Amino acid sequence: MPKVRIVFDRVRLEEKMLEQKAIELGHDTKMIDAKTTQFTTESKKNDYDFGDVVLERCVSYFRGLHFTAALEFLDIPVLNRTEVANNCGNKMITSLLLKKHNVPTPKTYFSFSSEAAVETLEKEGYPLVIKPIIGSWGRGVIPLRDRETADAIIEVRELNDGALDRIYYLQEMINRPPRDIRAITVGDQLIAAMYRTSTGGFKTNIALGAEPIACDITKDLEDICIKASKAVGGGILGIDVMEDEKRGFVVHEVNNTVEFKGMAKVAKKNIPKEMIDYAISYAKR
Amino acid sequence: MNCPECDATIKIPDDASVGEIVSCPDCGADFEIASKNGAVCELKHAEKVGEDWGE
Repeated sequence: MPKVRIVFDRVRLEEKMLEQKAIELGHDTKMIDAKTTQFTTESKKNDYDFGDVVLERCVSYFRGLHFTAALEFLDIPVLNRTEVANNCGNKMITSLLLKKHNVPTPKTYFSFSSEAAVETLEKEGYPLVIKPIIGSWGRGVIPLRDRETADAIIEVRELNDGALDRIYYLQEMINRPPRDIRAITVGDQLIAAMYRTSTGGFKTNIALGAEPIACDITKDLEDICIKASKAVGGGILGIDVMEDEKRGFVVHEVNNTVEFKGMAKVAKKNIPKEMIDYAISYAKR
Repeated sequence: MNCPECDATIKIPDDASVGEIVSCPDCGADFEIASKNGAVCELKHAEKVGEDWGE
């Protein structure tokens, strides 16, 4: 009987759905709290019960990233891999990899001081969208439509003076319908997609109240999502796609610990089942 | 369970599991279920949403 382990730091509906499905499928299933698990450089695989495969599902990106590194140190198959988590968790690295692998993506500008960020804005013109390089749920994603707004946001960043605040990630504003597409890839397959329609503002995150609506999986959508998945190293991923009026699909983000409770309401496939099945096949490689 | 902050009664669903968050209906404090043994739960203050939280 395959042994599935789900590592969490906060149990959301997604983790409960994964646990329930793994049990239903007859797998030996256990939940493991990352917050109470410890490792040392002397740790051995047999010191723990991490089963045949681990699904790393921490809501804290850095906790999950480092926990994954410890699991890989013990030669335990884990989804997603450390490299993939790192590639997806940092928006700048994601953007670079997408472009490097010829995945259509918004033009993005990187500056490493506030002065250089202002220079980019003055040179390229408004609007540009500023995003924190680490973070989710649309937090800190702000359209800069004029100099006054830009100065205010940059001043706040300077006051915060966090290490990551010194990396300025500015992205072209895509002309698109008031929605984007969230797709879930599992290995080489696009298993589900939905539109996330804005509730009136600029952002389309389900976490902010955007309404999930089923989206047909077309060949074009599948192609760009699989390409994006491969660009960051593959696994179980949430691909964020916008519909540019001129260029068609562009991928703007790839999510490492994908949330799917909104998608599960409209998806034809059973998302937790697809994920568990893939994890089992991944462990057998 | 009584709320560790304000002593109000917090109802914990039978199917709740370790790692889930429960909120006090009176004071609004969030707690994580740290351990569960039948109907007996141990609660601890839930972590605040971190800068790196999300997908």
